[in-house]
Amino acid sequence: MTPKSPTPRPVVSPSSAHPYMANSAPALRQELLDAIGVADAEELFEQIPEDHRLTGGLTLPPALRSEAELERHLRRTLAKNGDAERSLSFLGGGVWQHHVPAICDEIAGRTEFVTSEWGTPASDHGRNQAWFEFASQLGELVDLDFVGLPVYSWGCALGHAVRMTARMTGRSEVLVPANLDRERLAVLRTYCQPPEMRSAILVVPVAVDPATGGLDLDDLDLRLSERTAAVYFENPSSHGAIEARGAEISARARAAGAETIVGVDPLSLGLLAPPPSYGADVVVGSTQPLGIHMNCGGGTGGFIATRDDERYARQYPTLQVSIAPTLTPGEHGFAMALFEQSSYGRREDGNDWTGNSVYLWAVVNAVYMSLMGPEGFRELGELLIQRANHAARRIGAIPGVSIAHPHVFKELVVDVTDTGRTVAEVNAALLERGIFGGAALPDDLPAGEPDLGFAVTDEVREDAPAPTSTPSGSPVAPARQRALYCFTEVHAQEDVDRLVDALTEVLA
Amino acid sequence: MSPSLPRYRSADWDEPVVLELGRPGRRGIYAPQVEDDVAADVDALLPPGVRRTTPPALPELSEFEVQRHYNHLSQMTLGMMGINLFGTCTMKYNPRVNERVVARPELAEVHPQQDPSTLQGILEIVHAFEGILQELSGMDRFVFQPGGGADAAYTHACITRAYHASRGELARRTEVITTIQTHPCSPATAAAAGFDVVTLPLGPDGYPTLESLKAAVSDRTAALMVGNPDDMGVYNPEMKEWVRIVHEAGGLCFYDHANFNGVMSRIRARELGFDACMYMLHKTFAGPKGGGGPAVGAYGCQPELVPFLPRPLVDLHDGVYGLDEGDERSIGRVREYWGNVPVVVKAYSWVRALGAEGIRQAADLSVIANNYMETRLLQIRGVSKSHPHLTQHRLEMTRYSLEQVHADTGIDVHDIQNRMVDFGVDAPWLAHEPWLIPEPITPEAGETWSKEDIDTWIDVLAEVVREAYEDPETVRTAPHNHAIAQVQAGGVDDPERWATTWRAHVRKRASA
Repeated sequence: MTPKSPTPRPVVSPSSAHPYMANSAPALRQELLDAIGVADAEELFEQIPEDHRLTGGLTLPPALRSEAELERHLRRTLAKNGDAERSLSFLGGGVWQHHVPAICDEIAGRTEFVTSEWGTPASDHGRNQAWFEFASQLGELVDLDFVGLPVYSWGCALGHAVRMTARMTGRSEVLVPANLDRERLAVLRTYCQPPEMRSAILVVPVAVDPATGGLDLDDLDLRLSERTAAVYFENPSSHGAIEARGAEISARARAAGAETIVGVDPLSLGLLAPPPSYGADVVVGSTQPLGIHMNCGGGTGGFIATRDDERYARQYPTLQVSIAPTLTPGEHGFAMALFEQSSYGRREDGNDWTGNSVYLWAVVNAVYMSLMGPEGFRELGELLIQRANHAARRIGAIPGVSIAHPHVFKELVVDVTDTGRTVAEVNAALLERGIFGGAALPDDLPAGEPDLGFAVTDEVREDAPAPTSTPSGSPVAPARQRALYCFTEVHAQEDVDRLVDALTEVLA
Repeated sequence: MSPSLPRYRSADWDEPVVLELGRPGRRGIYAPQVEDDVAADVDALLPPGVRRTTPPALPELSEFEVQRHYNHLSQMTLGMMGINLFGTCTMKYNPRVNERVVARPELAEVHPQQDPSTLQGILEIVHAFEGILQELSGMDRFVFQPGGGADAAYTHACITRAYHASRGELARRTEVITTIQTHPCSPATAAAAGFDVVTLPLGPDGYPTLESLKAAVSDRTAALMVGNPDDMGVYNPEMKEWVRIVHEAGGLCFYDHANFNGVMSRIRARELGFDACMYMLHKTFAGPKGGGGPAVGAYGCQPELVPFLPRPLVDLHDGVYGLDEGDERSIGRVREYWGNVPVVVKAYSWVRALGAEGIRQAADLSVIANNYMETRLLQIRGVSKSHPHLTQHRLEMTRYSLEQVHADTGIDVHDIQNRMVDFGVDAPWLAHEPWLIPEPITPEAGETWSKEDIDTWIDVLAEVVREAYEDPETVRTAPHNHAIAQVQAGGVDDPERWATTWRAHVRKRASA
């Protein structure tokens, strides 16, 4: 695909007012040119040499100046999508379909929040307070008292957290579960750099106990060394299993002089113990479940939280808001803390980098946590675990189908290998019935072999175009036909019944 | 005070931090009832010892109380509800129709791993918008995965690694060259990707000299990462020669086109010879800022870098859109999935609303507005222009200095910011670190704001400068018309006093 401008169109002079531009009516534009004292706007571009310029005009689709026309075009195009509201979806993995309270949408749409940018601590006080309330409430959920503003995604939060621990320890390896979500793994590998780089961090997979779905502690012992900066595990795991031996993992990490990073689903924390209670030093996770729509993956966000300890705080790459006094005694406002250690403060000498992130979602996350309260989180956690276990019982009873792990929270691995069908076949048949089946899972990474390979989720998708060369280090076809199914509060028992009926029919 | 200035007064709801609100027992929302067949003993479903024993100390509020609290906070956010000429961020109207469209379930309730047959609408828009950026830049392919401009710069740094590794030169090519006026994200992401950073200072003409570039370039050069025009509004007319020199040495050239607004339809990365470029869809292309995202740094490149792009890319085969995962040459991911897709839809919508003629119009108006501002700003006492000896017209923004005001009155640019917001206009951007111009301000008018808005903003600045000379205490103690008084940020870098969470604040307050 090459840029297409074979016959440059002539440059069209603007001739009429545009609703987005207040000075676009010809007479108003002329008024400004007269005030500047130039006859033609072209004179204002005198800095740009002729041979830098595009000759001729641009070839772009015709303008849709009428909002009615524009919205009709967008609506009709998007209507070609299927979605999880009209279909029944069990997709999860890194974006999950949860109920978004109406008030979350209302606040997400408030123009003051939608269009703000920087501002002074006083003029954007309300937004800064909402950010502080995001960090404060997240801190209560994860039981930690230092929380940065969010980063782009869970994988990015993990990447930054690993780099924080590498700087803190001066070490250069991170241990990760061999079944880590391949999207997050691919992001982590990017953050850890290829081995040619001086500051590379090696990503070393640790085997997963096939029975429990937790980390294999014997393999963990084999991999831990004086090179280990951090041990990372998730609870629930990327395959949905609840990790029962978190304290043993973090004790082993500590004994080896390594930090423990735990990734969590924040919606589990009304039910499951917060990670510091079993030894986590750094907690990361996704903010998307906290009131953000899936948005085709555009709902992702990630958080980083630690103890309020300088050893950690000085390593944050993020911006963070601190409460601070004002000139009025007894009054408080908010200001950026530890700004100087960011890339804004110190360019290449700052911690990693920061910039635009997902700060609007942080406001919505704060709304969500305020609505939920302690009882809401407990109740939702209890619902999710009951729903997932009910689904596991029902699906696991289909002949030839097995559920991988005994203790699940909201996601579970459905293994159809023994039916002789592939996940792709099953999903195609489910799609005909209006159901989005769980995404296919690749095999676990080989334990102990530093992950340098090409590892993204879709490598197992059978309908994907053949790669132009064979990805190194990972088989194209997985040994087992496994899919990750997600069950949430948007599903009712009748939805699970419908899935089970469809699966039974498809696999018969 | 001049009677023509806005008599602004912020809402002041005296709103407590949410953790201080509510009463035990109140509920904001319920989870659905568990059906009888689904119900189970939760403890029996859990392995031993993993259950939370102490509930999180979250507030307990009714639904209405939550709604009211956050609406109050929104009302204490100036955002761009007044006049916002915040330079380098290209503050422009974010069409509301786009918010309505992306909130539809056909986008909001879509999972990125759905079967591509159920993603044809959104893939069509992403593909069409890629075609638009190809035309605007001359680049071959675009990816929308980077979550902001800095993430696009990071993407380039990672692609630079992969490109040189593929040629067996990565071990040798350890340096990324940038300029002191290029946004901090370029040097920062280059360093985070593992490169050493060489930063060129400005020369006498407002941009680094060709000689300084030649002295920096060597067989260690991995890439040049540079913006043009810079945030002072100065365009480097030798950029084609820069690119030639870096290419000759075997390095890649990345164009941070953050300041694209003023040169849209006139300048393309391709004509200048760049290998790759970046546009901010939440800025130039009218996606809203959201206070700092969700955002998109659209990264485009020439054919030789396409294999290294993060994946997936959107392809069209026989009338069907699909996702191309590439091969092992791809850097993989810089973020999960394919990007902030709603922002891509908003950017596509904006270009469709404008067309080629409207794009030209927006660029012209933004440069006209900036030059109009100069005619009035330089009449204000104590205001001077960066590089005053450069006489050519600046592009979409110009950096000014209030050094004279500071020298005469002791009032600095932070004081000026705090006082300007008292009139319901947003404070101007100052400058990124390091400040090359003392007491800088960097306004940018763009194409959105009317002449009356621009005049009011300038009137406010003039009034604040007048006050600086005649009533400096009013400026020094500003703001006076906002929900809170001036924040005393002196303690936020002190571990005994910073508190990024309420629980840390409560603990430190108790021990203070």
